[in-house]
Amino acid sequence: MSKAGIKTELKIPAIKEGTVIDHIPAKVTFKVANMLDVANMSNVVSVATNLRSKTLGEKGIIKIGGKFLTEEEVDKIAVVAPKATVNIIKDYRVKEKIKVKLPDVIEKIVKCSNPDCITNNEEVKTKFYALGKEPLKIRCHYCERCMQREDIELI
Amino acid sequence: MKEGGFKGRDIISIRDFSKSELLYVLKIAKQIEKNPNPNLLKEKILSTLFFEPSTRTRLSFTAAMERLGGQVMGFATPGVSSVKKGETLWDTIKMVEQYADVIAMRHPIEGSARLAAEAASIPIINCGDGSNQHPTQTLVDLYTIQKTKGKLDGLKVGMLGDLKYGRTVHSLAIALSHFSTTFYFISPEALKMPKEYIDELKEKKIKYEEVVELKKVSKELDVLYVTRVQKERFPDPVEYEKYKDFYKLDKSLLPFIKKDLKIMHPLPRVGEISPELDETPHAVYFEQAGNGIPVREALLALVLGKIK
Repeated sequence: MSKAGIKTELKIPAIKEGTVIDHIPAKVTFKVANMLDVANMSNVVSVATNLRSKTLGEKGIIKIGGKFLTEEEVDKIAVVAPKATVNIIKDYRVKEKIKVKLPDVIEKIVKCSNPDCITNNEEVKTKFYALGKEPLKIRCHYCERCMQREDIELI
Repeated sequence: MKEGGFKGRDIISIRDFSKSELLYVLKIAKQIEKNPNPNLLKEKILSTLFFEPSTRTRLSFTAAMERLGGQVMGFATPGVSSVKKGETLWDTIKMVEQYADVIAMRHPIEGSARLAAEAASIPIINCGDGSNQHPTQTLVDLYTIQKTKGKLDGLKVGMLGDLKYGRTVHSLAIALSHFSTTFYFISPEALKMPKEYIDELKEKKIKYEEVVELKKVSKELDVLYVTRVQKERFPDPVEYEKYKDFYKLDKSLLPFIKKDLKIMHPLPRVGEISPELDETPHAVYFEQAGNGIPVREALLALVLGKIK
């Protein structure tokens, strides 16, 4: 509350149980939200973006009540937000803090940018190998083309 | 090379080979060329699935299989196959593997060979998947360099022509990067070696130079690998017309090259090497095409487990 009794800050409500994804670069906050398909969740979900951050400049936060992310979901986040942290909340407290880590093999997450790749022509699950993590460089298992972060489109 | 390391293995990409594996295939090819064995693959069947036309590769695989006593079945154009009826590649491979012991395939879609290998329990040999890989051609190229230069290590290799779309030069550059090669990439500005490959060479700390004019570097070269500007890869025919005659090698080049320079070409050529060079000791491109036989014989014998 400010001195005049007017609310100057809207706080995102704390969750009793669930997941808080923090340190998402602001420009990909909604990408991460879409990736996790929050629009179709019946859980309590808060998405905030363009928050000030010491390390990122502007960041985003996503809070999902009553849901713990699978390993696959955590890996997905690493592809677009490599510096994100995933906090597991139990009884309003942070029980565990997971730093997302790009897996060596990225399966079923990223679409190959090569239109002539078999994965864009037949029903095949995509698979990429991480060649470099910072800056991100991945190679398609099938057509062997390399992609960088800016080429990445999620499935 | 571990004993029996190639039995049942797929030949999909030159990236799948270590240096010792490359050398091992070349060693077996040399052995087979020296001591032909017409019964080695008796009662084995090779299926050649060519979803895209090819003369050289398909014929040389057929010849290689038959010279080792094996049999060949397959199709040369997808128009005559079930593909025309809309069958997926996965299903086609699942069906063919019931009839054959090994499959050699060419397909216009990149990554198709890798997918076929996942579908099949028998070995798949990639004979070209779009503009991605053509590993048996690369092994033939290495065999030719080794045979005509007496070594693979430490050579100065020029690659000339369409370095942007040419799949053979991409694969050969990857393969030669195991052998301390110094590269000279000679091409018009618009057909330069893609950045992706240049970055890979930089990471491996391999020496290379990019030039437009051949004569600037020709005196340095031990091997000159010439490629055709491929009409079918150009989206715009006007662009193709601009570059199709960019390089024309003829006898006027002779004062500017080493006496023992070897000129290679994966063929077909359309005008980039004048026939007047054919009779010089520099021309090894027809020999290179012939080397397709022992190298493909070696690969067939290895993946079928008849040579360990």
